[in-house]
Amino acid sequence: MSRAGSGSLPRYILQRILLVIPMIWVILTVVFVLLRVAPGDPVSAALGSKLNAQALQQRREALGFNRPLIAQYWDYLSSVAHLDFGTTFRDNQPVLRVVRDNGGATLTLTAAAFVIALVVGIPLGLLAGRYRDSAPDVVIRLFGIVSYAAPVFFVGFLLQLYVAERLGLPTSGDASPITVFEVKPKTHILLLDALLSGNGTAIQDVLKHLVLPATTLGLLICGIFIRLVRVNMLQTMQADYVEAAEARGIARGKVTWRHGFRNALVPVITVVGLQFALLLGGAVLTEPTFNWPGIGYKLVFYINNRDYGAVQGIITIFALAVVLISVLIDIVNALIDPRVRF
Amino acid sequence: MRGTPRALLKPFTETTGLARWMLVAGVLLTAVFVVFAVFAPWIAPYGFAQASSGGTPFPKLGHPSSQHWFGTDRLFFDVYSRVIWGARTALKVVVLSIVLCVLLGVPLGLASGYYGGWFDRFVVLVMDAMYAFPSFLLAIVFSFLLTNVYGGSVVAVSLSLTAVYIPQYFRVVRNTTLSAKEATYVEAARAIGASDGVIMRRYLLQNVIQSVPVLGTLNAADAILTLAGLGFLGLGIQSTDAAEWGHDLNRALADAGSGVWWTGLYPGLAIVLLVTGLTLVGEGLNETLNPTLRRRRLLPVVMPPRNVSTPAEEEQG
Amino acid sequence: MTMDLSDETVAAASAREPVISARDVRVWYGTTRGAIRAVDGVSFDLAPGETLGLVGESGCGKSTLGRGLMGLLPEGAKRDGEVLFRGRDIFTLSRKASYQLRGRELGMIFQEPLTRLNPLMRISQHFEETIKQHEHGLSKDEIRDRALEVLRLMGIPPTRYKSYPHEFSGGMRQRLMIALALVLRPAFVVADEPTTALDVLVEAQIVQILNDLRRNFQTSLLLITHNVGIVAEACDRVAVMYAGRIVEQGTVAEVFKHPQHPYTRELLRSTISLTTTGLNFIPGAPPDLVDPPDGCRFHPRCPSAMNVCASKNPVDIERPGGGRVECWLVGPEDQIPPGGKQPLKQEELTVADEA
Repeated sequence: MSRAGSGSLPRYILQRILLVIPMIWVILTVVFVLLRVAPGDPVSAALGSKLNAQALQQRREALGFNRPLIAQYWDYLSSVAHLDFGTTFRDNQPVLRVVRDNGGATLTLTAAAFVIALVVGIPLGLLAGRYRDSAPDVVIRLFGIVSYAAPVFFVGFLLQLYVAERLGLPTSGDASPITVFEVKPKTHILLLDALLSGNGTAIQDVLKHLVLPATTLGLLICGIFIRLVRVNMLQTMQADYVEAAEARGIARGKVTWRHGFRNALVPVITVVGLQFALLLGGAVLTEPTFNWPGIGYKLVFYINNRDYGAVQGIITIFALAVVLISVLIDIVNALIDPRVRF
Repeated sequence: MRGTPRALLKPFTETTGLARWMLVAGVLLTAVFVVFAVFAPWIAPYGFAQASSGGTPFPKLGHPSSQHWFGTDRLFFDVYSRVIWGARTALKVVVLSIVLCVLLGVPLGLASGYYGGWFDRFVVLVMDAMYAFPSFLLAIVFSFLLTNVYGGSVVAVSLSLTAVYIPQYFRVVRNTTLSAKEATYVEAARAIGASDGVIMRRYLLQNVIQSVPVLGTLNAADAILTLAGLGFLGLGIQSTDAAEWGHDLNRALADAGSGVWWTGLYPGLAIVLLVTGLTLVGEGLNETLNPTLRRRRLLPVVMPPRNVSTPAEEEQG
Repeated sequence: MTMDLSDETVAAASAREPVISARDVRVWYGTTRGAIRAVDGVSFDLAPGETLGLVGESGCGKSTLGRGLMGLLPEGAKRDGEVLFRGRDIFTLSRKASYQLRGRELGMIFQEPLTRLNPLMRISQHFEETIKQHEHGLSKDEIRDRALEVLRLMGIPPTRYKSYPHEFSGGMRQRLMIALALVLRPAFVVADEPTTALDVLVEAQIVQILNDLRRNFQTSLLLITHNVGIVAEACDRVAVMYAGRIVEQGTVAEVFKHPQHPYTRELLRSTISLTTTGLNFIPGAPPDLVDPPDGCRFHPRCPSAMNVCASKNPVDIERPGGGRVECWLVGPEDQIPPGGKQPLKQEELTVADEA
């Protein structure tokens, strides 16, 4: 009778991971079809102005672009399987190294933004859902809608214009040059490196640079959290077990907390995880706004240079990251919600 | 078809208090921008790429003044005119992409749901993969490719947005088709020998098409943001081809350092207001159509006082 | 229909003060069209340890009455009247006082056991929450002992105490809900169609448990059901509800043997038993409670309707053989206007009404 033994959890995780493999294959195929089968010659688009015809032809051969498509497709899949995401055309660097060098900055930014969005968005959403149609609900909902409706680069623009100078916050880059020079790179994540170095000025400098970009990106996600949490809270408070708890005379506050908030947050975890995709999209816009040296900033640079190799590699990595995160979220969800497991 | 006006008014008549005000505010905001878009040549004092008037060149980064209400930008363009013309670009792109989504997504979803089999499985797989992809990145990839072919035009951006939103239309239409297919009236139609084409056009399409307007409204808000994002990255429409708020903000960002606020503030506000308006409409519709969120307007209960005539009765005497 | 009521039980029950004494209870819902008079002037008494069955068609207001007594009403609903619980009017209590009463003195068992337990909380946590709310200063072991004792009476083994709700079947979950409602030994419990969502075998089990409540817990029970058989099996008295009113009430034996109100008669005739040879049903549908018919609310469907029934509200009188009834056929004669006893021409009951 007892179906939710702990034994079924590993099986669920294994199942979930196996299911992801065909998904990854389809996504890789879509990326390949889009970027390789599309019309136009990628090599001359990227390098046409820099190299002569003979050199271009050599590059094409080196990249295998003159081989049959099916062979190129196979090459692409097998190199991705070996974690080789190709090289950039423009500066002939392995995409993996570009991602490693700049990934730390993106990770720092998205993580900080995520924390800001969670800390602000979840309590506000719960509050609005609990006190539906009250004045706080109206204000919170409008805040949520507007913060989602405002593009990150507009929020960035306003912050740079009206806030940065007043609070003495930098608007460009992830640290002052002197900090970058002084802090020894160990983890490729500047914030961690600064913390490890124990250099107070450096830590302060890095954090100061982080405030505005993280707030900007955090606001975008925050609006979505507010909406999701609010709707879930509304629906949870209408659940039968909430009424049953009230029939047992459980105090209002306890019903709200134990039956309302807790149960409202479970579906939110899944959806919050899915916002990782939005977070990445937002980062691609936030990073150029603040000259934040992350992957998004690099992606925009390669896009402007029509660098197919770099774009394909970075997009592949982004797509894989999103799929893997969604698997991770499902597993976390199974750990929290006993119903998911069987 | 006669019930349509009443059905359209339903969200207004059946909602109460806040939900209704949000809906009204959203409709008004959206309507203002639609008016801007449709009557742009009459409302805007200048063209979107006009740098002089009557032989006098506009100032570069000129302060807001009586000639230029919102000032001018670094390309000598009038910011007010570009904000108005921007509404037209936004409307064009959104309408074009939604029309394309409907034209491609609805028949695809219908056929996929109706015929099933390997065709269905294949399309579902591709659509799911596209849906799992971060939508803004997908838009970037598409416009990256399409600007190669079409240049930075309205068509290229619309096609990119279509690629992003089509999986949603496909899903909704396919799911509705799957459930409608089993309905008795469709079985009856098949029994009297109606052809597949007739069944799809006459019976299924009617059912399916109802879910499209809500989806369209919800996507429109997102589409405006994606359009602006692409414009900001330089993947959208070029300044001289059309006025586009996102691209204008990109140029304005460089001005922020020197304290020039008017080049960015107005296009930014335009985006915020239009997206807010569309979101309010979408949320308002959602609150009326989704039974778990809906709140009907209840008439207050007024009880006449108890009539004291019935004395307390004794039971089982 | 078995009448397993000993005369002693009834006599003993009536000797004591009522636990619940309801007078003129009204519960109206707000809608877009106006107020639905779901419960419109209902009075009854319930003695300690007594079980009152409340029967009627769906939509007659019986569930609303139960919820109204518990104070679990949706937004826009209003309740009125006087409900004395041990001498205190529970309709006028402060919010805090009514919360304290609920769970401790007033319990509720719901129709759909599957969704009434919080899926994220263990059974143990449900009990801990409920007991701690009303009895402070109990240790975890004491709480556990009390919970296990009730669970044992419901036939749930102590090994399942730490399980999650989804690990139980529907019938077991209903027994859990009953255990949760009874763990604090409330004096009055409303059971709202507790077996409707369960299959027949489980239904018999639950009915048996409810039947034993009197003995085990000294609880007064308001058993809301549309199933006349369950009333016959598990109740001491029965109240028949139609369109927001209690039209007849009395001991089960008396009411079922000699129904006075035509609606009671029709309701009893329409139940299926082993001796049933043909199916009986009451033509027409219950009235619209936003705008109920004038006079007796049953008159448009009543086979014995008289002229007076369409114009004048029937009067609540003592029923021959004990109990109360509201029907002009029973009386009082002196209030019927001249010519009022002529049979009513039933023009309202057209085909359109039945569709």
